[in-house]
Amino acid sequence: MTLIDSLPSDAALCAIIDSQMHLEGPLLPILHALQAAIGHVPEAALPLIAQRLNITRAEVHGVMTFYHDFRETPAGRHVVKICRAEACKAMGADQLADHARARLGVDWHGTTADGAVTLEPIYCLGLCACAPAVMVDGQGQNRLMGRVSPAAFDALLAEVAG
Amino acid sequence: MKIYVPRDAAARALGSDAVAEAIAAEAARRGQTAQIIRNGSRGMVWLEPLVEVERDGVRLAYGPVAPGDATALLDGTLRCHGTVADIPFFARQTRLTFARVGLIDPLSLEDYAAHGGLVGLRRALAMDQAGIVAEVTASGLRGRGGAGFPTGIKWETVRNAPGPQKYIVCNADEGDSGTFADRMLMEGDPFCLIEGMVIAGLATGATKGFVYIRSEYPDAIAVMSDAVRIARDAGVIGASVMGTGPAFDLEIRVGAGAYVCGEETSLLNSLEGKRGIVRAKPPLPALEGVFGKPTVVNNVLSLATVPVILEKGAAHYAGFGLGRSRGTMPLQIAGNVARGGLFETAFGLPLGEIIHDIAGGTASGRPVKAVQVGGPLGAYLPPSQFDTPIGYEEFDRKGALIGHAGIVVHDDSADMLNLARFAMEFCAVESCGKCTPCRIGAVRGVETIDRIAGGDAGAIPLLTDLCETMKDGSLCALGGFTPYPVMSALTHFPDDFAPARKAAAQSAAE
Repeated sequence: MTLIDSLPSDAALCAIIDSQMHLEGPLLPILHALQAAIGHVPEAALPLIAQRLNITRAEVHGVMTFYHDFRETPAGRHVVKICRAEACKAMGADQLADHARARLGVDWHGTTADGAVTLEPIYCLGLCACAPAVMVDGQGQNRLMGRVSPAAFDALLAEVAG
Repeated sequence: MKIYVPRDAAARALGSDAVAEAIAAEAARRGQTAQIIRNGSRGMVWLEPLVEVERDGVRLAYGPVAPGDATALLDGTLRCHGTVADIPFFARQTRLTFARVGLIDPLSLEDYAAHGGLVGLRRALAMDQAGIVAEVTASGLRGRGGAGFPTGIKWETVRNAPGPQKYIVCNADEGDSGTFADRMLMEGDPFCLIEGMVIAGLATGATKGFVYIRSEYPDAIAVMSDAVRIARDAGVIGASVMGTGPAFDLEIRVGAGAYVCGEETSLLNSLEGKRGIVRAKPPLPALEGVFGKPTVVNNVLSLATVPVILEKGAAHYAGFGLGRSRGTMPLQIAGNVARGGLFETAFGLPLGEIIHDIAGGTASGRPVKAVQVGGPLGAYLPPSQFDTPIGYEEFDRKGALIGHAGIVVHDDSADMLNLARFAMEFCAVESCGKCTPCRIGAVRGVETIDRIAGGDAGAIPLLTDLCETMKDGSLCALGGFTPYPVMSALTHFPDDFAPARKAAAQSAAE
């Protein structure tokens, strides 16, 4: 993912917003596009979106905060998502989650001190027949792993986060 | 020589990308020309990565294949299963909706058409709207998302609704744990879903379709996006369907991690760019759906089953099944099972036969304790109820639901109090917040279960009462059905909730 390093200008934000304006109901596509480009949805974008869509800033804030995916602040360089749902629990997801939190030294939604990894819970990756399952990063460069043992998790971490 | 290495997310999670690379490298080293096709999964996840090598028109199956097996695979010395049809798990299935998944190159329209694709659409183009709807109604197809509402009746309502603009919305927000059929179909046979949506458009007069896919499925999003582009370039969709029909175009939309958006009215709000809050019904989405226009909202499997109904006729499809559950259901067998995966079969198979004969019992080798059918809102069934046949009414009579037909197996190490607590916790995390029984009830549910775990027997009637309130008072299935897993766990596994035992175990641990 090519992330923009410094916070983009209003003009750059507007360019991203405008790229989705031809769609019907463009708000979610706009938020996804901003997060794909910047890594999170910067506060500065909210009034610009509100203006473009002719809705209140409160409405934009309300939508953005409703969905688990949208971040107000940048994540670590990699986002590690561990499934917590039933099929994975039947195959030791709770133990894997405990191991991961201890190994990384963070709780859910936390980012390691070196900024390498953010740990997120996820509720089902559709990998329920090869549980427990983990996904690293998202659209475009996602890595998936099934039947994840604590040792396999450590190996995956070493690989993605060096 | 053609070599099939699945691109399905489950196969990738078990290393199929590295296997494909290793085979390509080994073939290149030998100077062999090997065409590697990244197909969908055949659904036998315990054999993934399952590689098929086609020689002289016969596809031989190998699996699980590791990258280090590439040499033996090309030498022909790797242990072979025969063809996939020689594997009992596959041979016992009736594949209608999933006929092409794993068989074809998902993004080859030629391959799709060579295996029965577009036959149904061509037939539909020669029929009038009422004729298509009548065919779908006669097939007995019911909504595969979980509610089981007759698809033909929904279509008829939209067909008769006035208005110049109507929509087809495909609910691909498959959030239930233990379900992955939508994902597999979108990754393995995306044109089938597209064809089903186009037929729905023809039948109702809708000219625009949305596929709302959850963000947790990046592979499915990528395949569907490519497939829509290919279908548009080939003239299957666009200004004129197949060059002779009316206009119909499709757009892929991505969810943002909210489970409740699998509920159809939340999904419609989300599509419109709003918070994914549940809407009260009426008005029905069929009359006032997305952007206030008449809208068909169907699950992936419902829409993807329409092409085969039009291809082979309603009577062929309705010829399978049990009672009022007609046709086939793609069961998803998951959790602690020896042979997990997708098993499409006619309704009517008893639950126990699926778990023991087909899935081979637990992966751990321990006895089965409980099975959750129908996702996080489905009941836990104990072995004493394993004679229940898969069918909408049959499960309803047992206080359970088949939902999207995910079957999650737990062995005897499962702590049912812990699982009941998780059901409430999940409901609290994912509640849209519109109605009080769900928003507040789920939080109180977690607290009440914690009190029971702490040895407070008086909290058990409180939990029962709370579940009654949530069941009767919630607006949608999230708050309304969370009591199913909780109460079934409490009813069938009272020992796990026995405060004395819990307390004793706790003090022994201290």
